[in-house]
Amino acid sequence: MTVSHLIKSFTLWEFLKAHALTLKYFFKPKVTINYPFEKAPLSPRFRGEHALRRYPNGEERCIACKLCEAVCPAQAITIESEPRVIVDPDGTVRGDGSRRTTRYDIDMTKCIFCGFCQEACPVDAIVEGPNFEYSTETREELLYDKAKLLANGDKWERAIAANLEADAPYR
Amino acid sequence: MTAFFQSLGLPYEWAWTVATLAGILIISLLVMFSVAMVIYVDRKVLGAIMMRRGPNVVGPFGLLQSFADGLKVFLQETIIPSAANKGIFLIAPIITFTVALAAWAVIPFDAGVVLSDINVGLLYILAISSMGVYGVVMSGWASNSKYPFFSAMRASAQMISYEVSIGFVLVCVVLFAGTFNLSGIVTAQQGFGLGLINAYAVHPLLFPMWVVFFISALAETARAPFDLTEAESELVAGYQTEYSSMSFALFWLGEYANILLMCSLNTLLFWGGWLPPLDIPVLYMVPGIIWFLAKTFVFFFMFSWIWATVPRYRYDQLMRLGWKVFLPMSLLFVAATSGYLMATGHFG
Repeated sequence: MTVSHLIKSFTLWEFLKAHALTLKYFFKPKVTINYPFEKAPLSPRFRGEHALRRYPNGEERCIACKLCEAVCPAQAITIESEPRVIVDPDGTVRGDGSRRTTRYDIDMTKCIFCGFCQEACPVDAIVEGPNFEYSTETREELLYDKAKLLANGDKWERAIAANLEADAPYR
Repeated sequence: MTAFFQSLGLPYEWAWTVATLAGILIISLLVMFSVAMVIYVDRKVLGAIMMRRGPNVVGPFGLLQSFADGLKVFLQETIIPSAANKGIFLIAPIITFTVALAAWAVIPFDAGVVLSDINVGLLYILAISSMGVYGVVMSGWASNSKYPFFSAMRASAQMISYEVSIGFVLVCVVLFAGTFNLSGIVTAQQGFGLGLINAYAVHPLLFPMWVVFFISALAETARAPFDLTEAESELVAGYQTEYSSMSFALFWLGEYANILLMCSLNTLLFWGGWLPPLDIPVLYMVPGIIWFLAKTFVFFFMFSWIWATVPRYRYDQLMRLGWKVFLPMSLLFVAATSGYLMATGHFG
């Protein structure tokens, strides 16, 4: 233990230096984003809450191919489907040869937000939108059904479409 | 205040009782309110140094954050571990909290504004603050869980070690002031430094003692860098690990009340208490309590500042500092102070 070391430790020199530094930081501008009031920009590829989209004429995009269900690594998606039934204006009931889902559930508590479902989808029906603020008070509310997903699609369609378009050149 | 209640027609004994109870209530509420505010300040300062904003949503500038937290904690369930010793487990936070509040009885906020102006105020504070360790030890033992137990062992060793040097530091102050009465110590500081500065800490013999006292106060209240009773990297949350809801909040409040107490002791013993910093008549126009609170706040700011700056001491470093640095140093200064005072004819 040298003399300079002794002097340094008894004058608390390094502590004082450290405190001068932290005091400097005390007056620096804050870097925090003031979250609920300010938000950070999101990439168009951001994978947030899921949504089922519709065509502009209101028809569901989903064709019940179940690729998303198959690819989902967390097995969070459950789909049941039937041939679509159309009732003509004259009352005849017929199928048009296409299939539609009767059940499309995503267990959001299982989902890992990998985005495989939207990559597997041949018709851009299931997408992960830009919304990440959908916390709920119960677990049950996170078990999304088809109605909820379609409602999400209607609510976020503009943002989703813009994001898809912005990202299209890189796909 | 007794006179006021007597003027309302109460006999002296009743007036005294009512006045004392009212004083206790006022001081407790004041301390609790300050604790709430000071927790907010702590979080803000810590945030600012980390370039964060700190609490800023509840109330203007987040000022009501502590009250929101208090309400939240109040509404939660108290969980008692099945292996815990229920009685002691529940008494421990009460002891910590009560003891932390009890010490405020002898703190003079202004000339004459003190609940009980006893002549051994400083000894009372020493006694009460050593009682505080019982809450910690009891909680650690009663939790019947390994981390609280370790933490309680550390806390008791730490508090005892640093109380020794605090004791010697106080001896120096008492030698200068010639009284154990806190108000007396404050008034003795008037014009102490060159007839101008109202503070003991400007004396070359007392300034190092103030530094020792300040650092020991950090250790005594288990603040960073001596917060290894709740070293979260090793001990989860220390002796508070098994506590929840109000029992946890009582520990929290007690801890901050203790920190405030130590800050106010710094103010009273070394920096002139309710006296203005300089012995100039103009400065006496500001009420004493403002000076007292302002000085205490400055010390609290230093506590937060230190928390944000320094890393935690290792256990052996803590013990080394307490026993091998502070104890010999304060002993030396006790001898030097008494020698100096004898030589200068302080005792007449």
